[in-house]
Amino acid sequence: MGNILTIAKRELKAYFGTPIAYVFLAIFVALTGVFTFFIGDFLGRGVADLQPFFQYHPWLYLMLVPAISMRLWAEERKSGTIELLMTLPVTTTEVVIGKWLAGWVFLGLALVLTFPIWITVNVLGDPDNGVIAASYVGSFMVAGAFLAIGACMSALTRNQVIAFVLAAVVCFLFVMGGSGMVLDAAAGVLPDVVVQAIGNMSAMVHFDNIARGTLDVSDLTYFVSLTVFWLFANVLTIELKKAD
Amino acid sequence: MTEMLVLDNLTKRFGPFVAVDGISLEVKPGEVLGFLGPNGAGKSTTMKMAAGFLIPDAGIARICGHDVATDARAAKQHLGYLPEGAPGYSEMTALGMLRFAASIRGLSGAAARTAIDSAIERADLATVANQTIETLSKGFKRRVGLAQAILHDPDVLILDEPTDGLDPNQKHQVRNLIRDMAAQKAIIISTHILEEVDAVCSRAVIIDRGRIVADGTARELKRRAENHNAVVMRVAAGDLDKAKKALAALKGTGRVETVSRGKTGARLRVYPVTTKSIASDVAAALKAKRIHVQELNVEEGRLEDVFRDITSSEAELAEVANG
Repeated sequence: MGNILTIAKRELKAYFGTPIAYVFLAIFVALTGVFTFFIGDFLGRGVADLQPFFQYHPWLYLMLVPAISMRLWAEERKSGTIELLMTLPVTTTEVVIGKWLAGWVFLGLALVLTFPIWITVNVLGDPDNGVIAASYVGSFMVAGAFLAIGACMSALTRNQVIAFVLAAVVCFLFVMGGSGMVLDAAAGVLPDVVVQAIGNMSAMVHFDNIARGTLDVSDLTYFVSLTVFWLFANVLTIELKKAD
Repeated sequence: MTEMLVLDNLTKRFGPFVAVDGISLEVKPGEVLGFLGPNGAGKSTTMKMAAGFLIPDAGIARICGHDVATDARAAKQHLGYLPEGAPGYSEMTALGMLRFAASIRGLSGAAARTAIDSAIERADLATVANQTIETLSKGFKRRVGLAQAILHDPDVLILDEPTDGLDPNQKHQVRNLIRDMAAQKAIIISTHILEEVDAVCSRAVIIDRGRIVADGTARELKRRAENHNAVVMRVAAGDLDKAKKALAALKGTGRVETVSRGKTGARLRVYPVTTKSIASDVAAALKAKRIHVQELNVEEGRLEDVFRDITSSEAELAEVANG
């Protein structure tokens, strides 16, 4: 546990070692604003909730999480520090979790910085703050799961651009899987069970459930499993091709 | 247990290419083993496997009795490792990196401070401790890597080219550092600077094409040189032929060659048949013939020649074997 925190702390410091972290935070907050007010028509709807704010989060993460995750392993490979890190008395699992945790905390911070919108909606009306809190939790879970995907993709290559693209593609599959477009197309050719399975694999479906205000165990289990699965894949990737 | 580092039949293939082909060696405390070989001979690959970074296709590496593959954490606790090229986290300061390593090594509070201060002092990093690693020169980067490796006073040190990129003063300093630590530790350093072997190593292992081709002290290796114990002397130009004749007649001497010939004097080299010293015999023989010797030197043999001889002949043999 101590090692996980040491690694997470180092990674987190590394994020803030360059201006990129601040740029990222600014872009994230700005984009959530753009989505909420212009695309989600927050003011025009006349409803005191944050649904227009939250519904685009998975789409936002699709681009922004890979930007956070791409350097996690690719940079270690490129600079050779992976050799230093992996010959210290740490296990691969500790490093994988530590790195992921740093990214997750960073994304959590980005999410916290969107608090003005919560205040705004409370000033403008009388929203259900329970739903909003649940949505924040859900959004944070989506970020964590996507980050695990991104970290695993970063472990595959020493090139950060490739890591970014791979992560975006895989995350895209997990977002799109639940969209009407995919499910309708699948319904035409596949049996119901399979279509349902595809829908259940989608982060979007589970996030929408949470964002409606029902923090259901099955939805939380989904995100936890997704995260654990990709972290496990990350450990395997590093174990198998540490030195490549 | 006397051997702190044991490599047993380590083998690594990259596709069809055998990078390391069954290397076995043991390093005892107090030993500084110089790991030599031409580029691509498998030095770094062997060290990566010894440090537990690269998984060998066959064979075992043990550090203080712990298998680096199956008992990695215990093995790594006894190990200080400087990877090839001394990589470092570019955005961290030298001090920050040492703090990170100390924390991972389980050092905290006063123990960590003492260890870090001592490492900074021994690697002479005080002037750059608060500079980020990306701004450091190659020499300082290497010393940060070295400080990180010796931070926890490990039993086994594996240093891949520790003096590469250092200026002569820094090299001298790092060698002193290694010598100072040598008494209780088992140390392996890889290098392609042969003078390093004379300067710090108690033993040298030469590898070529993934195999050990020579293993011994620097003195033992030099004995393999063609001119080991050869005698070079300078005589008056007029005495040259007389001297040659006298030396050829002498028992125990082999080839006699003229190294240089000038107006006033000529230089001769006489090779011994065995590795035994022939200097006194040579001197006596010349004296008996009343040949005045202006200078007389016994050649020790150069490691460089041995190195070139061993590694190139092995390569040629393999070439022949492969048809």
